[in-house]
Amino acid sequence: MDLFVFLALLQDGITTGAIYLLLAIGLLIVFSVTRVIFVPQGDLLAFGALTAASLQSGHVPGTLWLLDGGAVVALIASLFGGWRAARHGILAWGVYPALVTAAVVGLASQQLPAVSILLAVAIVTPMGPLVWRFAFRPIADASVLALLILAMALHFVLIGIGLVVFGPEEAAAPAVTDASLDLGLLTVPGQSIAVLVCCAALVIGLRWFFEASFHGKVLRAAASHRLGARLVGIDAGATGALAFGLASLIAALAGVLIGAMTPLSYDAGFDIGLKGFVAAIMGGLVSYPLAAAGAVLVGVLESLGSFWASAYREVIVFTLLIPILVWLSLRSRSVEDRA
Amino acid sequence: MTSRRGPGKRLALVAAAAIAVVTVPMALPAFYVALLGYVGLATLVALGLVLLTGISGQTSFGQASFVGLAAYATTLLTTRADASPLVGLAAGLAVTGVIAWLLGLVTARLSGHFLALASVAWGLSFFSLFGTIPQLHGFNGIGNIPPLRLGPFSAEDLRVNLAVIWAVVAIAMVMLVNLLDSRTGRAIRTLNGARLMGESVGIDTVRLSRAVFVVAALYAGVAGFLFAHFQRFISPTPFSLSMSIDYLFMVIIGGAQSLWGAPLGAVVVVALRDLFNDWMPRITGRPGDFELLVFAVIVIVLLQRAPEGLLPLLARLRRRPRRPDAAAADVAAAVPTAPMRTATAEPGRELLALDAVSRRFGGLAANRDVSFAVHEGEIVGLIGPNGAGKTTLFNVVSGVIPPTSGRVRLFGASSAALASRRVAALGLARTFQHVRLLPDRSVLENVALGAHLSGRAGVLRAMLRLDRTEDARLLAEARTQAVRVGLDGLLDTPAGDLPLGQQRVVEIARALCLRPRLLLLDEPAAGLRRPEKQRLAALLDQLRGEGVGVLLVEHDMDFVMQLADRVVVMDFGLKIAEGSPEQTQADPAVREAYLGGLA
Repeated sequence: MDLFVFLALLQDGITTGAIYLLLAIGLLIVFSVTRVIFVPQGDLLAFGALTAASLQSGHVPGTLWLLDGGAVVALIASLFGGWRAARHGILAWGVYPALVTAAVVGLASQQLPAVSILLAVAIVTPMGPLVWRFAFRPIADASVLALLILAMALHFVLIGIGLVVFGPEEAAAPAVTDASLDLGLLTVPGQSIAVLVCCAALVIGLRWFFEASFHGKVLRAAASHRLGARLVGIDAGATGALAFGLASLIAALAGVLIGAMTPLSYDAGFDIGLKGFVAAIMGGLVSYPLAAAGAVLVGVLESLGSFWASAYREVIVFTLLIPILVWLSLRSRSVEDRA
Repeated sequence: MTSRRGPGKRLALVAAAAIAVVTVPMALPAFYVALLGYVGLATLVALGLVLLTGISGQTSFGQASFVGLAAYATTLLTTRADASPLVGLAAGLAVTGVIAWLLGLVTARLSGHFLALASVAWGLSFFSLFGTIPQLHGFNGIGNIPPLRLGPFSAEDLRVNLAVIWAVVAIAMVMLVNLLDSRTGRAIRTLNGARLMGESVGIDTVRLSRAVFVVAALYAGVAGFLFAHFQRFISPTPFSLSMSIDYLFMVIIGGAQSLWGAPLGAVVVVALRDLFNDWMPRITGRPGDFELLVFAVIVIVLLQRAPEGLLPLLARLRRRPRRPDAAAADVAAAVPTAPMRTATAEPGRELLALDAVSRRFGGLAANRDVSFAVHEGEIVGLIGPNGAGKTTLFNVVSGVIPPTSGRVRLFGASSAALASRRVAALGLARTFQHVRLLPDRSVLENVALGAHLSGRAGVLRAMLRLDRTEDARLLAEARTQAVRVGLDGLLDTPAGDLPLGQQRVVEIARALCLRPRLLLLDEPAAGLRRPEKQRLAALLDQLRGEGVGVLLVEHDMDFVMQLADRVVVMDFGLKIAEGSPEQTQADPAVREAYLGGLA
């Protein structure tokens, strides 16, 4: 392997690593606030990519009707929850989906990449709160294990829906830019730069959100002590919805970004999400900086692995988990009862 | 519930099962023979998962890869090396067992969801390896696997296969029933949310959860061996992640809390899948892929509405009479009389000495420079207002958490680095402020957990029923201690049905089963009625007479002052007084702490 190939692989690895980092962040947010290990996040990523692809080809994506259907049920449910819930429900599940639907129907024929991307994110983001509302919230106090099994089941529901909505074919999301940056030895595609810029912007934005904004602080409170947060009047249902919303926003964004570089099929999200997991586990499911380092490591390793031993590249990435788990095991001394 | 059946009824059940296994396959049409074969194999895998998921509170999304490991092992040996299938079985189980043991080694110390997540990763990895290692012929698969033979009998006939599969399932089931009804089985139940308690009675929960994981993997391995020799052709497809998920769904659908959930779930899932294969293409016009969607929806609804699966719903149809109301049960037994078989060394030897022990949680100093000692044949009361640091001190002494600084000397040796189960083995027993019992298990089983360290039989001996003499001894010991604290008449009641005060008494009986030299009681009298308190006091007095040292945290001042030889008073993490009950009651610092400046 010469330096050129190495640099190209490295660049590729860092770009996908950035995507894994985004997913790892989403997973950590959801896990720390709700104790749900959000397996279907990868499926929402595929939804994001395929929704953008569908819009770009001038169609009204099936995910829109999925959103509208879920929103109607959620709207009706919220009407029975008192006037505050109803007011919130009408905004979130009445006005918002109506606006998105109008925008999609009105703009679908335009086939503008930026519009397709924004609309795809707008369609897929509410899926997180919907999933929380109907799947997880009814058993929010169950054990981590039960929530995990439910998450796994939900993954299969989502790929089933994905197959119905998108069909079995692969599709590519529109690229943010076709330009590329020539660095002499290496030509960096503009899309890679867009990924890194988005990733950085999201990390900075989330940092501001958690450090400075009211809702961010509420989420942190809920993450650090669920019962305590509830006792001071923080609504566990609302924090859960917010956490899932952030995670699905991240997933949708990651989807439209990665979908422009690699065409995806309806069931491709799981593997990508799993690599986000590997990164998140490196952070012990608690630490963001460690997860970031893990994400880049996974991306680079996968990229190099696909060059040397492409048949084994998945195995290589997942084998990476073993030393990490050993390290985590050695660090944890105490026996704890699992909530 | 098997244990409550008479031996005659049990024998009849076994005989009926044996006859069914032999005759049913002969009478069935071929289609159902094949289907029932799959149900049997799936049941084997699901049985392991019930043990892992429902009973020990862990889970795996990678069981199909264990099926595959054993299947490929026996396939390679019998097709390439002409080995006997028995060698293939041994090799398959060895490979599965060792790999499971290693994976368990890696994850057993971590919270349960790490095991589950890691299992996704290895499930995908093994699947990918099955498909890519050239010697395994990828998705073209390997055929011509020899059928099982025993003397003149060859299992080439599907019906013979079916009989063999279900005979193995029956044996596997009986072995698990045996396991759960044993010392190790009781210990396994502490893995699900009561590990701290398990460790406090000397159970090595990390090792045990690994053992459970290996057993579950071996069950999958046996299924893989049978699968290879009956199908006589294998390819990676049946060992994929979605098959692993299928097995887990069976367990959730059938019911993870009981072994019978495994066959029930397997029947439901296999039958439904067959139905889908027939009907789905006609409805949707497309083949396959939707069955998992439907199962997933069923699982989600069940998890939300009936997390214990279909089995309890079926069981409700033939509901047994309600168990006797515990609160009303007769607890006014005689004052304890059974002798304590504790070592009776010369009274007054030091059991526990704290030397300037401090424990901090971040900025909070729960204990600061606390020093005192407990001797044989002595009851020391540890009192103080709420938040004084008494429970933290208990946890430090019993090895649950290490002290930040200072020394704890237990039975004459430093206990600084000892985990709580080692401390238990040395002769320290404790109860918990927030009662930690297995609420669904009987009082007797809960108390018998305390006798864990006086038995040795492990998983295999329990499964093969070679542990009966030992287990009878442990249960007898448990019965003795339960009667001693006045729980006779309640032995078969689920511990969670007792009033809270009685639950504390169960904890005391469990602690006594350890035959402790030092007993740590955290608010034992809370929730007890007056006559019960008197009986508890008499019991503690008797223990003192036998040379046991007791460290007692209690808020009932009359109880403490009447009983204790010495009282240690704590406030805000500091020891503020120590002395006879009279001395401490007169101490101005104590009065200040309890009554504020008014006294």
